[in-house]
Amino acid sequence: MAFRLNVNGKVRQADVEPGTPLLWALRDSLGILGPKFGCGIAQCGACTVHIDGKPVRACVTPVDAVGTAKVVTIEGVGGSDLGARVQKAWQELDVAQCGYCQPGQIMSATALLTHTPKPTDADIDAAMNGNICRCATYTRIRAAIKLASGQKTEV
Amino acid sequence: MADGSVSGASRRQFIQMTAASGGLMLGFSLAGKGEAASAATPINAYVSLGTDGLVTIVAKNPEIGQGIKTSLPMMIAEEIDVDWAKVRTHQADNNPTVYGRQFAGGSMATPMHWDQLRMVGATARALLIAAAAKAWGVSAADCSTTPGKVVHKASGRTATYASLAARAATLTPPEPKSIRLKDPKDYRIIGKPQVQVDAPALVTGKPLFGIDVQVPGMLYATFEKAPVFGAGVASADLSAAQAVKGVRKAFVVEGETNLSGLLPGVAVVADSWWQARKGREKLNIRWKAHQTASQSTAGFNAQAQALSTATPLRTERKDGDFASAIKGAARTVEAAYAYPFLAHAPLEPQNCTAHFSAGKLEIWAPTQNPEAGRQLVAKTLGLKPDDITIHMTRCGGGFGRRLANDYMVEAAWIAREAGAPVKLLWSREDDLRHDFYRPAGWHYLSGGVDATGQVVAWRDHFVTLTDGSGKPASSAGMSATEFPARFVPNYQYDLSLINSGIPTGPLRAPGSNALSFVIQSFIDELAHAAEADPLAFRLKLLGDQGKVGSTGQETYDAGRMRGVLKAVAETSGWGKTKLGPRQGMGVAFHFSHMGYFAEVVQVTVSPKGQVKVDKVWVAGDVGRQIVNPAGAINQVQGAVIDGISAALGQQITIEHGQAVQGNFHTYPLLRMASAPPVEVTWVMTDNLPTGLGEPALPPVLPALCNAIFAATGQRVRQLPIDLKAV
Repeated sequence: MAFRLNVNGKVRQADVEPGTPLLWALRDSLGILGPKFGCGIAQCGACTVHIDGKPVRACVTPVDAVGTAKVVTIEGVGGSDLGARVQKAWQELDVAQCGYCQPGQIMSATALLTHTPKPTDADIDAAMNGNICRCATYTRIRAAIKLASGQKTEV
Repeated sequence: MADGSVSGASRRQFIQMTAASGGLMLGFSLAGKGEAASAATPINAYVSLGTDGLVTIVAKNPEIGQGIKTSLPMMIAEEIDVDWAKVRTHQADNNPTVYGRQFAGGSMATPMHWDQLRMVGATARALLIAAAAKAWGVSAADCSTTPGKVVHKASGRTATYASLAARAATLTPPEPKSIRLKDPKDYRIIGKPQVQVDAPALVTGKPLFGIDVQVPGMLYATFEKAPVFGAGVASADLSAAQAVKGVRKAFVVEGETNLSGLLPGVAVVADSWWQARKGREKLNIRWKAHQTASQSTAGFNAQAQALSTATPLRTERKDGDFASAIKGAARTVEAAYAYPFLAHAPLEPQNCTAHFSAGKLEIWAPTQNPEAGRQLVAKTLGLKPDDITIHMTRCGGGFGRRLANDYMVEAAWIAREAGAPVKLLWSREDDLRHDFYRPAGWHYLSGGVDATGQVVAWRDHFVTLTDGSGKPASSAGMSATEFPARFVPNYQYDLSLINSGIPTGPLRAPGSNALSFVIQSFIDELAHAAEADPLAFRLKLLGDQGKVGSTGQETYDAGRMRGVLKAVAETSGWGKTKLGPRQGMGVAFHFSHMGYFAEVVQVTVSPKGQVKVDKVWVAGDVGRQIVNPAGAINQVQGAVIDGISAALGQQITIEHGQAVQGNFHTYPLLRMASAPPVEVTWVMTDNLPTGLGEPALPPVLPALCNAIFAATGQRVRQLPIDLKAV
């Protein structure tokens, strides 16, 4: 079945069965490989994308539920000033180790900063707790969020 | 002449090797889009110079998050004398003929390559100088370099490396003895924090990982193996799976009995991974009975308990007379310690893409150990190793899991059977239930201190798992030189074995990740028995010795360990910090992977037994040079939090010969809100620079447990930590 998806500002057609998670429509049907598969049950956050600006776990979001909503992935998040700023902070502090979780981390961080421009540590804990980093780069993720929000930061 | 060129639709590079006097020369040009389009001239196997001034340096080893794709090329770039901004790195394929061993393990890459790769860079620089000297008719000895240029000071002439590359490539490399390496005080790249080379691609979601590989005409596969390790397939409803939309083929893989080989299972190949997974759900597999089904964690625990009081299988080390010494000790302690199986759980599930065509196999794999994979695939599929090409992708974590190549041999087999390129991808459940686990183990300890607070007697009856060989299973052993052997006059290490069919293997800091918990916790018990300060007690145990260890034994430099212990005492404010109620600090040290680490943990424990790690202080000694300080601190912070994560919540439990935990809700990884600040201090000593992937991890577990004791009086003797409420 064909689903028309608005991804990163372009309407694309994904030929998948109803019930297919958005993650696999993006990855296997549309070749958008930035969102990652880590757990399949919304435990790790590696697949995080934005749907109408909200962070969503694509691995448990059926493609049928997306409708005409705007999907933004790590490939498109740099299109906003904020997204680009977050990516730059991530690069400047060299947050990543293996880097596999970082697309999801950046998507969650950008969503946080959209509604909370100067997050406290508690805000960061709450917003980022759904994103696992197996390499445990949490110290730098926190620092990069602060850097992107113009707050004092330590690595 | 050897020909290392490989063909393939998606192959981006063309490699040609020619034997030249003075050693192998490898030429390669990069012809793919986005890569150096201008003609690049190879200077040696690692370095090529573009006419645009860019320098391409081969990254030889697998990148698993340890930063090696950046730090090894840094060593080369430093000695060539180029601007790091002009350097591009290029991931090598598996090619041990040219690059030697290419693996990620044991924190070995830095010590193995420190001299070798600096020499590669310095040799390239010498060739460029020779080319300039020849062109100018001057002596090479009168020429020097500034980044990217050869300079003849007397005449003021300069020439860019790019302009000299073609001539340099024709020259015979100089004798290694004639090469002089840079004085470290002149370093411009090494020792300066460098952002990792893949950072721009990582933050924008570019396809870098194994799971991102795409090959024209590629199909997707799932592979289901028996929940009981190694059990065979009795029956499967292949036609039901094949009836699912998109499924091309479902078939049984007979496999082997060797747990490190191709195991039996059922493959489903489809147009997309989700379809393959849907097909898999219809398989209704019945598995053959298997002897491992009788094994369980509870059973192993009971066997260990029974063995603890029996005569040990054998004595691995005996110094002095433990039995007499313990009788004469002023204070004695007995304790039983245990730790569970652990999974590696790299965030990128196991995957591999393979394409079998005309008798040749091309593989794209996130692997820590590509050559071992090639040999396994060759043996299993009956191919010549030379007919197998392995492209190394970036790995979404490794932690030792991808030293085994089970997923590679599965992908290769399935691709040949499917007759098309296939990407095999495991689910998280496949990953946690089909690991080579950090083995569970049991230690029954007795120790004694004399009236001065010196440890005089130590006995460890270590009960561990064996695969039936009579030796400990993979990563289940303990060296006879493990600390505190050689530091306690009456020391005895006895060993008993339990038969196990559970696959085990190295997990980050293998051996040490469990042994440090046991040994450094028990030292803490002895310190408290002696009513001594735990840090001062440890310094006393280390004594005033220097290097300890005779020929054929691993050397333990007690001086370096005292150095990091004193440093961490300083940075943590040990003994000087005012602590609140149910707050405590613990200390531990450990030597592994050539690195010396001492760590202090501060915790606060709630009355309900919830542990909050307030902060961790680390002091590490890995020699005279930190190659990339930015990456190095990241590694240490990650290793420390990884250790805390394991201690606080992780265990794989075996029931009926199967792993119980299947995903992150039952196998929790530490999350943002629980991640403490980790302050890292380097103690620089004039020793070989060594690796950082592992050695910072082991001491944090006992430091944490010792801090919990300091805060609560509860001694943690079993992992994961499970405190009683007060």
